[in-house]
Amino acid sequence: MIKTKRILRAGMTNFWRNSAVAIASIFVLSTTLFVIGALYLGNAFLNSTLEDIKGRVDISVTFKPEVSEDVVLSFKDNLEALAEVESVTYSSKEEELASFRQRHAEDTLLIQSLDEVGNPFGDRLAILATDPDKYDAVTTFLERHNQEVGAGGAVGVIDQISYKKDIVSKLLAIINTSQTISLALSVILGLMSILVTFNTISLTIYTAREEISVMRLVGADNPYIRGPFVVEGVLAGVIAAFIAMILLYPTVLWVRSTTTGVYGGIDLVSYYLANFPIIFVLLILSGIILGTVSSVLAIGRYLKV
Amino acid sequence: MIHYDKVSKVYFDKTHALDDVSFTIEPGEFVSIVGHSGAGKSTLLKLLIAEVKPSAGNVFFEGVDVHSLKDRYVPELRRRIGSVFQDFKLLPNKTTYENIAFTMEAAGCSEEDIATDVPHALDLVGLTNKEYHFPFELSGGERQRVAIARALVSQPDLIIADEPTGNLDPLTTHEVIEILKKINEIGTTVILTTHNKGVIDKLGKRVITLEKGRIIRDDKEGRYVI
Repeated sequence: MIKTKRILRAGMTNFWRNSAVAIASIFVLSTTLFVIGALYLGNAFLNSTLEDIKGRVDISVTFKPEVSEDVVLSFKDNLEALAEVESVTYSSKEEELASFRQRHAEDTLLIQSLDEVGNPFGDRLAILATDPDKYDAVTTFLERHNQEVGAGGAVGVIDQISYKKDIVSKLLAIINTSQTISLALSVILGLMSILVTFNTISLTIYTAREEISVMRLVGADNPYIRGPFVVEGVLAGVIAAFIAMILLYPTVLWVRSTTTGVYGGIDLVSYYLANFPIIFVLLILSGIILGTVSSVLAIGRYLKV
Repeated sequence: MIHYDKVSKVYFDKTHALDDVSFTIEPGEFVSIVGHSGAGKSTLLKLLIAEVKPSAGNVFFEGVDVHSLKDRYVPELRRRIGSVFQDFKLLPNKTTYENIAFTMEAAGCSEEDIATDVPHALDLVGLTNKEYHFPFELSGGERQRVAIARALVSQPDLIIADEPTGNLDPLTTHEVIEILKKINEIGTTVILTTHNKGVIDKLGKRVITLEKGRIIRDDKEGRYVI
């Protein structure tokens, strides 16, 4: 107990007295933790963007104008029963007309001719699949089911299935690639920063190797020698976590300002603020683990009896 | 108290530092070990605190074969022997007081004991007014006195001093030797290695003379004769 107290005190005193070395460690650790925090936020940003894109990829099925609402709703029920389908949104002919009018409110000629023709629209279903690669199955189902129902003597009730297959498959490829790349980048960047931190802490302990040998010669045991260095590592880790947290805030502000208008997914600033405790704990823990593990590994080679 | 039994030491580079050395030191003795550089003086002391292992033979301290001790018992052995080195080996980031208190802290002594013993040790080496100084603020002689205070603060039965005056001027050398004599007078065994003829001739104590790793003389009231 008294030794623990002494180790803590010695660690804090050394940290203060070796401030030049401590600042170097803090600087490198802050960079590493900033990278870890940025990777975490970047991942959240990427995932939400991907989710958002996936949500926008849907199949739009327009029915012939003469098809009754009952038929369309039975289609909707059948679709919803499919495992591949996440959700189906029904939009009536009237709603379609209203939304068309709204979109083209300035085009008086078009609106006038529309008034003369009456409502040319049919009901519409917007289908969202559980996964983008399930759209083929849904389309097949729609085409087959369409053959089984008829309206007004003709076979088939669907006017048009609009599903941009090429775009969807390209998008799928982009999504998969970007996830792989971001994973690889995270691993490489993470490893690089951890190595740099480890080397910096090794160097700071290297500068203290004479001191360590003196401690051994006057009869200090290994835990008592190692302890203060670990305390210094932990202190540097905690301070670095605070610095990284502070640096991340202007970064997310900048990312928001540069991506506004291009992208409609999550607001990274609110995400950062909402997840502050999680990110903070993540960084503090990473800082403590990095500081401790690096110190313990680096000092090991000087502790032979 | 200390017994070297047919001890030889050959280093990795094939240097024969010690060759079949045997002798005994009784409690309370003041023994000087003299010889040219490379005669094996420092190796003798390093063997005693288990800093190096012998190639052959055994070293006993208070009946225990030092090199049969498990690694985790070595720190305790070193705390029972106070060591003083030519290059002082002080901890640069600790004050005089903290350097002396370090061994006691490492041994787990109580704060009260440290608070009484450290000032006492400082007083013994005449450094009471320098307790808050860092090593770089002290002269060579003062640093060596801090090192001696550190060695004796845990009241060890034995103090080994490896060329403690090697880096000091004649006056400071005299002071340091006087402190070692004082420590010996209160009952502590002292082993001193040196190649300072003047120091040895004035001491009038037992002298072991080494040459090329072998003992060539062992005189009860010896002089520096090589």
